[in-house]
Amino acid sequence: MTALINKVFLSRYGNAAFRGDDSALLRVGTQHLALTTDSYVVTPIFFPGGDIGRLAVSGTVNDLLTAAARPLALSASFIIEEGLEIKALERIAQSMRETAAEGGAAIITGDTKVVPRGSADKVFITTTGVGEVLRPGITGAAVRPGDKIILTGSVGDHGATVMIARENLLEGTSLSSDVAPLTEIVLNLLEQGCEIHAMRDPTRGGIAASLNEIARQSQVCLEIEESAVKVRPGVAAACEALGLDVFKVANEGKMLIFVASGDAEKALALVRASRYGQDAEIIGAVQDGPPGRVQVRTSIGTARILDPPSGELLPRIC
Amino acid sequence: MKFIDEFRDKDLVRDLVRRLGQFAAGPATIMEVCGTHTMAAARFGLKTLLPPGVSLVSGPGCPVCVTAQADLDGFLALGKEPGIILSSFGDMLRVPGTATSLEKERAAGAAVRVVYSPLDAVDLARQETGKQVVFFGVGFETTMPATAVAIQVAAAEDLPNFSVFCVHKTMPAALRALLSAGEVKVSGLLCPGHVTTIIGASAYDFIPQEFGVPCAVTGFEPLDLLLGIDSILHQISRGQARVDNVYRRAVQVQANPRAQALLTDVFAAADAAWRGLGVIPGSGITIKEKYRQFDARARFAALLAQVPPPPPSACRCGEVLRGVMRPQECPRFDQACSPSHPLGPCMVSSEGACAAVYRYER
Repeated sequence: MTALINKVFLSRYGNAAFRGDDSALLRVGTQHLALTTDSYVVTPIFFPGGDIGRLAVSGTVNDLLTAAARPLALSASFIIEEGLEIKALERIAQSMRETAAEGGAAIITGDTKVVPRGSADKVFITTTGVGEVLRPGITGAAVRPGDKIILTGSVGDHGATVMIARENLLEGTSLSSDVAPLTEIVLNLLEQGCEIHAMRDPTRGGIAASLNEIARQSQVCLEIEESAVKVRPGVAAACEALGLDVFKVANEGKMLIFVASGDAEKALALVRASRYGQDAEIIGAVQDGPPGRVQVRTSIGTARILDPPSGELLPRIC
Repeated sequence: MKFIDEFRDKDLVRDLVRRLGQFAAGPATIMEVCGTHTMAAARFGLKTLLPPGVSLVSGPGCPVCVTAQADLDGFLALGKEPGIILSSFGDMLRVPGTATSLEKERAAGAAVRVVYSPLDAVDLARQETGKQVVFFGVGFETTMPATAVAIQVAAAEDLPNFSVFCVHKTMPAALRALLSAGEVKVSGLLCPGHVTTIIGASAYDFIPQEFGVPCAVTGFEPLDLLLGIDSILHQISRGQARVDNVYRRAVQVQANPRAQALLTDVFAAADAAWRGLGVIPGSGITIKEKYRQFDARARFAALLAQVPPPPPSACRCGEVLRGVMRPQECPRFDQACSPSHPLGPCMVSSEGACAAVYRYER
């Protein structure tokens, strides 16, 4: 995907504002704004713990937050497959309204297109968000050796839940997506003056993708303690059964926060005091080692690398 | 998780590693036969814990990797026919055939469906009545009973549009061929735990008896693997060779009778072509005559006869699968060959030796 983006888009759009983070930054007078956009496609559109609407709002709100921006306003565009029930659409719209309110943003404009049956899969949603940058300079490229890495909760919940709901696998499991807007967590940290250097919401590709992106952007070596990364038992069981690496499974309500060592404990306490951060942990630190590398200290005390995911997650034979 | 966490216990691992160091006498090359062992050893960084001189080498036990190019090309060719749906386990999707892969064919419009079980493919056939659903039956003894059940169910319903492209392989015959060739000198074998739940530990008795090589049937967690290595080093140090079962929570000495009954009903032993190892007598299976209508090789024989034989591949998976070359020694490793541009299956299979090194040990 990165290669595709570089070859097709970056080579044509390339300018100073187009960068490797989840939000672009704009300067209007003395005001700094963050701008981000994302399209959402998920099957099924309703899943335990959420729906495509909550996903579309949370994803964009969280992308704004990674740039230390207070979410202000969102747009929402719908591509709707002919035949989708109005009731389903109402349920999605209601969910978006509630999630936006929770995330501190308003949905102020949008668009709707209906396409013939078969041209889309039920509904696709694109959300764009604008936020006010509260503290400039927080970017994936600003991480330094010594920083601590906070993860705001367990991993793999969203990806495992959706996969199992989609394929009707493993009856009797009670997984739930973690999809949520993380405004409370991030604004608390900023308001309390914690020295944050970078934030990234580890969505598709899981924490493996996000950590590798940051290691590359900042040209640092990251070391993660495997046993510090929480995995709910049902998620662990699903990943074992399907042969998936839980570090590569998507999250939709988690944040990786790179914080200066001296502020790490304070930041951790603040995150844990937030609704979606109760299970937060310091999972690792930034080292002086080979730049661009992510290392895992395994549960049995050995070391290995954590490679970035390549392509879609595929279940395995046995 | 029960039966997993206990076998990842840091203190027990440390104790066992200390014990290994105390009696390991001299160099030993231990082959982990199973691809899942290869991946687990890499994921847990086990190689760094072994005593000096003790090394692990990967064997032929990645079912995706040993699938012959000609078989994959045949299956891919069926996907070009309108009205045929290809169904497969996810592992096969990125494996390169001569000209294409299932993933590329799917992007080009072929009907390719990932299934989690052969019975899902039967379900697909029930739904897609106007189309032919062909399931790629890949795997060792572990997955063969599930394919057998799918064929029995299809037969009971007289499903006219379901068939299996059978490339299943059996492990003991391959090990015999590998050891007989004498190309690689192994001091011991970690035998595949999952396969052995079906065939029973006694299936390997010929290895110590005929080749004098110690064996340990081994599970897949760090402690399981270390227990297997411990058993082999013990046997070596005492000049013994037997089949030790250190995966007792799953494996018995005798074969699983229900699974064996299924296999006997549906399959017959046959010669099979292995990627990198050539044709090994008795190492594959065919679908028995009474289920012939569910044999994709028979049903689509005319189409398959037109598929050209594959040209020689640039991939050196064969040497890796025979344990002759380690992935890092391949001149193409991490150069021309990587998970996003694989030259061969070992680089993309979730059990592939090259994939294990690429992911965890570079």
